[in-house]
Order: sequence, then structure tokens, then C-alpha cells
Amino acid sequence: MINLRDAGATWWENASKLKRRSLVVSLVVFIYALPFLNNPLINTPGSMFESVLFYPIGMFVLLSLGLNIVVGKSGLLDLGFVAFFAIGAYTMGVLGTRTNLNFWEILPIAMGLAMLSGVLLGAPALRLRGDYLAIVTLGFGEIVRIVAVNEEFIGGARGIAGIPTPPDLFGMKFEILNPKPYYWLLVTMTLLVYWAVRRMAVRRPGRAWDAIRQDDDVAQLMGVPTFKYKVWAFVLGAAVGGAGGCLYASQILSIVPDQFSLNVSILVLACVVFGGIGNPFGVMVGAAILAYLPERIRFLTQPRQLVFGIVLVLIMNLRPDGLLPRKKREKFESEMK
Amino acid sequence: MRLEVKNLSVYYGKIEALKGISIVVDQGEIVTLIGANGAGKTTTLKTISGLRPVTSGEIIFDGVNINDIPAYERADLGISQAPEGRGIFPGMTVLENLEMGKYNRKTRKQEMSEDLARVYELFPRLKERASQAGGTLSGGEQQMLAIGRALMARPKVLLLDEPSMGLAPMMIQNIFNIITEINKQGVTILLVEQNAQQALSRAHRAYVLEIGKITKEAKAKDLLNDPHVKSAYLGTGAHEIF
Repeated sequence: MINLRDAGATWWENASKLKRRSLVVSLVVFIYALPFLNNPLINTPGSMFESVLFYPIGMFVLLSLGLNIVVGKSGLLDLGFVAFFAIGAYTMGVLGTRTNLNFWEILPIAMGLAMLSGVLLGAPALRLRGDYLAIVTLGFGEIVRIVAVNEEFIGGARGIAGIPTPPDLFGMKFEILNPKPYYWLLVTMTLLVYWAVRRMAVRRPGRAWDAIRQDDDVAQLMGVPTFKYKVWAFVLGAAVGGAGGCLYASQILSIVPDQFSLNVSILVLACVVFGGIGNPFGVMVGAAILAYLPERIRFLTQPRQLVFGIVLVLIMNLRPDGLLPRKKREKFESEMK
Repeated sequence: MRLEVKNLSVYYGKIEALKGISIVVDQGEIVTLIGANGAGKTTTLKTISGLRPVTSGEIIFDGVNINDIPAYERADLGISQAPEGRGIFPGMTVLENLEMGKYNRKTRKQEMSEDLARVYELFPRLKERASQAGGTLSGGEQQMLAIGRALMARPKVLLLDEPSMGLAPMMIQNIFNIITEINKQGVTILLVEQNAQQALSRAHRAYVLEIGKITKEAKAKDLLNDPHVKSAYLGTGAHEIF
């Protein structure tokens, strides 16, 4: 089977600057213009296409990009990523309803709190490896949800309602019935994160994460402060999750703890693996497809989840390294182990 | 340069892997630590490089107790290790692996080309394979890469953990020749080996490690003729084989 990633990478490497730029520009324009594309082929019967673009598609793309720093780059299996998403959303919910701060003021706070919780979880948990780390993070995700259910100050099981929308931006109104501005904001955030992740990957932090993923002990022998970089991976992933949660809460306007169940963590992880673990572009494509598919086949009603599951299993059998795996040579990692 | 291990004990849970061993490595020497499987050879190296915590005893490097210095800072002090099983980064190219050897050095940019040239001179094979993924190299080449990468950090003492493991006899000879050469260039070496014949004929001094204790310490040449060492580690007829 042809390797889409290698074929694409070869084209990219041989393409002129002009070709590359025009491809990027047209792709970005296409993504921003998606809400206007009212095509029966891609439309989602049963739910509003613009709304689906924001959540789940856009949101899962952003979350997967965040989780990819942790799972894909540094090789740390995190099964509790939803915790950071929840913390971001609850920060928006609590501060938005109880203070006069607006979305733009709350966003950095939400990211900051998510990062802080990333440190609080990471500092003890990252001394563990592999499966043990996965179990602790799984627990953390559940703890956050259960605390949200039981803590009356943040609404308990009823959650928080009446969360304010972001203030107008460039004359665009953020309204519940008009998801376009939310979508555009989300796309912008995602592109920024993608750009930052790409920059980091080719610099010293990227090298350190690669080394940690491939051999933790040897990375230390080389002088990589592995613990520090692992915590950083956690914290950066958490920041992305927190930002996503904050925007999510400001769009759906009311949140309940059940929205932040283990399923979200698993689905985001599935997006990362499905798209091509470690390759941010692949992860985005994978997340978009995985989030879009269940909405596209909503007309199937009952067997919808079954069809979704079958497609997932089929594709993972055909492309076990994901749709667009990372650089070919890194496959030797798995073979060596 | 002087590396001194004093009364070192290391536990894995309740199991005492090292029972108060003492080792000295002086400037310019090749010191070898021989012993059977499970004697504690790798544990000794891992503790010196900081991957295992010290339970009791001291590790003194250049007169300073380094017990509490984390592994990633010891590389910068001048302790460099080619780990057991080579431990190369399979997904990085040979060149990237070598660059990793300098990860934490502040002067890495100035030194890089000079040190790369030095490693390529010792191991011309690595130069040919510079852009190939580490995971595609043969066992011998991976061992060369592991040693070359350790040298990139400009070590004062180089810790080698079973460099002959899993290699063909020709390649073993080759690797040991290079180890001798590196030592002649002024790098002190602490060599852990099961291949006692090779190790003892290359080293200046040797320690025999048995179930966590040093049972013998002598000049390497003397141990080659020691009846106990002969029967336990060299085997009858070992001289004819090599």
C-alpha cells in the first residue's frame, strides 16, 4: 500500500516555495470557508453543519493536537486528558457567571489553571512510566469529574448555566445560533498551536522529547533533564486542553460534569492514534475525520455506533501506524522494542 | 581525574544488588569490572552515572561527592556512558544520535564539528551512515555509535557496559582495538565485561565482582593467570579460541 505520508512529504520537499505557499494558503482559506460550503456531499444530516464544525470537529482537532504533545511527542500515555478540558470549561463557567471578566480575560486564566493542574498531576505521576502513568492519569480525569459532580460551589451535578458569550470581535457577534465566529476563532487557535508545535519539534525541546520517547534512561545519560521535559509536555498539553475547554464553555453556555467523562479522553486518544501518532498534521486530519464521521452517518440512527466502530477497526487494520504516520525512519522505534 | 566508589550499597526494593563495593579509577587507566550475570556490574555503572540511587556509600568524582547530582548533570561533569544493549535512539539518524551526546553542553556549538570529525575518524563507518536511522545499523555499528556518542560529551571517564555483547568475534576484536585507541588518546575508561579474556588483556587493573561483592582486585595481567579467574571466567582452552 502506498504510504500517503511519504508521498506527500516527497511532493512537499520537491515543491517550490511558491507551490508550497499557495497550497498552504488555499488549504487555510478552504478551512475558514467551510461553514459556507453547503454541499449535500459533506453536509451532516440531522445536525447543523456549522455547529458540527465547531464541536466536535474543530474542538477534537485542537484537543488532539494538545494530547499529541504528550502522547505522540514524549511518548507518555495520558488517559485523563479530559481533565484539562474540564478545568478550562469550568474556569470559564465559574468566572464568567460570578465575575465581570470577559472571555478574553478568562482565557489566559483558564489556560494557567489547566497548566497548574498539569504540574500538580505531572510532578508526582511522571515518576511513573508506561502503564502505571496511564492508570494515574485515568484516575485524575475521573477525580476532576467526580469533584465537579460533588462540589456545590461549581454547580454540582446540575453544572453551570448562563455562561456569557465572548464579546464582539471585528464586528462579529458570538451567538449560540451562529457558530461561525466560534469556528473561526477555534481554527485560529488551532493554527497557532500547530505553528508552535511545529517550531518546538525542530528545536531543543523537540529533540529532548524524541529522546525521552525512544529511551528515557539514555536520554538522561545524554544530559537531558527528562523529568523537566516530561512535566513541560504535560503542561503544554494541558494549556491547549484548557484553552479548548474555555472556548467550548463560552459556546454551549451551560456545562454539566457528564460532558467531561472518560469517553472524551479515549476519543481524543483515538484521534491521535488514528491520524498518525506523533505527526501533528496527521493527527489533525485524523481527528477531523473521526469527529466528522459519526455526525455524517447520523441518519443511520441505531446502527450508527456500530458502523463507526467497524470503520475504525478496518482503517486501523489497513493502516496500523495511522492515516499519516510520522517520518518513516521512526518506525524503527517500534521494531526495536 | 579520579573516580572513587566507596563502600557502595544499592538495593532494588529489598534485594541488595551491591553489598558495599569499593572501586578506584585513576587518570589514564582502563579499569575493568568482570563478573557473571547478576553480579551487579550494570548496577555499578548505572549508579555511577546516576540512573540508580545510592542506598549507602559514596561516589566521589574529582574529589567531590556526587551522590545527589542527577544523572543528566553528571554527563556535563565528565562522566559519559555507552549503556548496556547500546541504547541508541533508533528513530534518530546517526548524526542526530551523535548530536544528542552533547545535548547539555553549553559549548556544544563551538565543539560540534571538531568532535564529529574526531568520532568519524575513529569510526569511519559512522560517517558513511550519517544520515541513516540508528535502528537500521548492525549490532557492531550500533555499538560504535553508542561509544562515539558517549565521546561527543568529551568525557573525563568513559563507562562502557558490555561493548562486546552480541557481536561477532571479528567485531569484538575491532571494538576492543578502538577502546584501546581511545584510552591512548587520554580518555580514562571503566569497562564492564563478561568477555573476561578480552577485558583482562586490554585493561590495566581489574576487579572481580561476585554477587554484589568485590572478591578480587589486581593487575589485569595477573588475573589472566589467576587459577580461580581462569576456571570461573576464562574457561579451559579460552586462549586457543581467541
